[in-house]
Amino acid sequence: MSETTSTPQVGAAGMVSDRDPTDAPVMIHLDGVEKVYTPGAAPAVEKLTLDVHKGEILVLVGPSGCGKSTTLRLINRMIEPTAGRIIFDDEDVTDIDANELRRRIGYVIQRIGLFPHQTIAENIGTVPRLLGWDAERTRKRSDELLDLVGLEPGIYRDRYPKELSGGQAQRVGVARALAADPPVMLMDEPFGAVDPITRDRLQNEFLRLQAEVQKTIVFVTHDIDEAVKMGDRIAILRERSVVAQLDTPARILSYPVDDFVDDFIGSGSTLKGLHFERVSGLAIPEYPVVRRDTPREEARRILDMSDFRWLLMLDERGRPARWLNETHLADTSRPLHEVGPVVRAVVERNATLHDALEAMITSSAGQAVIVHRDGTYVGVVQIELLTEVIGRMRREARKHYEDLEATQTTDTP
Amino acid sequence: MDGVRSLIGFIADNTSGILERTIEHATIVLGVMLVATVFSVVLGIAVQNRGLAKQVSLGTAGVLLTIPSLALFAIFIPLVGIGNRPAQIALFLYAILPILRNTVAGLDAVDPAIVEAAQGMGMGQFQQLVRVRIPLAWPVIIAGVRVSTQLITGVAAIAVLVGGGGLGAYIQRGLTSLGNPFSIERVWTGTLFIILLALVLDAVLGAIGRRTTSPGIR
Ligand SMILES: Nc1ncnc2c1ncn2[C@@H]1O[C@H](COP(=O)(O)OP(=O)(O)OP(=O)(O)O)[C@@H](O)[C@H]1O
Ligand SMILES: [Mg+2]
Repeated sequence: MSETTSTPQVGAAGMVSDRDPTDAPVMIHLDGVEKVYTPGAAPAVEKLTLDVHKGEILVLVGPSGCGKSTTLRLINRMIEPTAGRIIFDDEDVTDIDANELRRRIGYVIQRIGLFPHQTIAENIGTVPRLLGWDAERTRKRSDELLDLVGLEPGIYRDRYPKELSGGQAQRVGVARALAADPPVMLMDEPFGAVDPITRDRLQNEFLRLQAEVQKTIVFVTHDIDEAVKMGDRIAILRERSVVAQLDTPARILSYPVDDFVDDFIGSGSTLKGLHFERVSGLAIPEYPVVRRDTPREEARRILDMSDFRWLLMLDERGRPARWLNETHLADTSRPLHEVGPVVRAVVERNATLHDALEAMITSSAGQAVIVHRDGTYVGVVQIELLTEVIGRMRREARKHYEDLEATQTTDTP
Repeated sequence: MDGVRSLIGFIADNTSGILERTIEHATIVLGVMLVATVFSVVLGIAVQNRGLAKQVSLGTAGVLLTIPSLALFAIFIPLVGIGNRPAQIALFLYAILPILRNTVAGLDAVDPAIVEAAQGMGMGQFQQLVRVRIPLAWPVIIAGVRVSTQLITGVAAIAVLVGGGGLGAYIQRGLTSLGNPFSIERVWTGTLFIILLALVLDAVLGAIGRRTTSPGIR
């Protein structure tokens, strides 16, 4: 990250969203879906009812063995349900030809499963070929997809999977799943097999891609941080794929409904929650500023009159330049614009509160300077303001659940 | 060195006969291999996922290989008479095990993640087999075909004893006329050309294997 942490990363951009994913129509509806592997034994998935809305990334997250993969594989019927219905875009697909169904659903797995005997282009062309596309259209499409996932077609199209790095192979896996432009993608720990840095990059790339292609995605992970980063909504699952909490990452982080969820999201959830609020949403209070040419006496007067320990000096173009406190004002050995620590960390208005917090911690004055896009001064944010926001987020989330409960109790007499 | 010179002399004097026998031998081997390959690969595919059937067929093929060759050749005379027929049947039975075992092993070795991906993209069983599993198992299957070919090229020498043709004729004539002129040369000629034939067939199969194996898994 650059010093002037401002524009959020691509990944972070997806996080701050006021759009309610459940406003979109339902794309996948699981209706009391159940899977019992061994008759008589406990089900791996117990009567699960779940909606996935068009264009959202729904993350299934939970401890190992809780039934995430089984749930995902029930959707494309890699595993046949023992009870319940699967509704896909208003069509009951529980009993249709499974292969036909799967060609309409992109599928990405952790171990990628590229065909080693086929070139990258052939791999990507798998579903188009099954759908009977002609060679020319398939070739065009695979080049297009290589471009989309950031691999130069001229270089990679004729390579074999063994000639790719793990991250590149994973990109090809995503491209292959997207080949026939399926409305729905199922992804089972798709970025699990790569190192953390590559994973972070793949996640960001994927979010950018998703902003473009707007697929309906069910994404399985066991990593809560990945869930928070990738999900428009998160379903936290416990044993037998029972939904413990299903909500936006922001609300889950500020209001875990029970101890299971609280334990699962772990410590630091408050900090993570700061990813979901933007600086622009804050009421930024007045702060004492001086110009480069403000006389020393005037500056001292402004500081004395304010409740703050630091003055902010702006440069001739209105950009934050230096912090000044009592000591600096008393130092007459140099002109005022040469004393005091230089303002390093500034955040743009559209940055997240997490970015703001980072800026506060690195700032010599312990506060974050907010700037416009062009770098000119907007205001200063202090830690107290974040504390307030966190409190508000908590209250709002709790109220949301209380309202929800209220409507449910009135609904069911 | 006299022996070598007289062997070369014998071969030089009998080129057309040797060539004819060699072609006969190769024809028997290739015919048997064609049938045995198709049979064993299909059987291998059929039993690979079925624990019991897999054990039974591999076990049976193994037992077949332990039956003394002379006996195995003779067993079929009452059924199909003398000539190449009983020999071909016996050779066929010998050829099964290496191909069958390699087919099963090759298919077993295919990464389940790859099969899951194929299935997840909507390939049916047959498409998974033809487009993914067999191409991936192919190098191993071909290796089995090569072993079988080597094996039966040698064993096919016995065909002559049940009335069949091939290079075994030189060995047999030589052995039954020991002490007479050119008896040893005949034995050597038969042996030498069987070895040469085996080497040529192996080289050809090797080349076919390479050409039919994707560069991605070479
Ligand atoms: N083919 C199977 N036959 C029998 N039981 C199975 C099968 N597959 C999974 N299970 C069981 O079902 C439960 C759920 O498994 P599943 O693979 O869905 O878990 P998961 O949440 O994906 O776990 P992980 O995070 O480890 O991948 C587990 O208890 C597992 O042992
Ligand atoms: Mg799993």
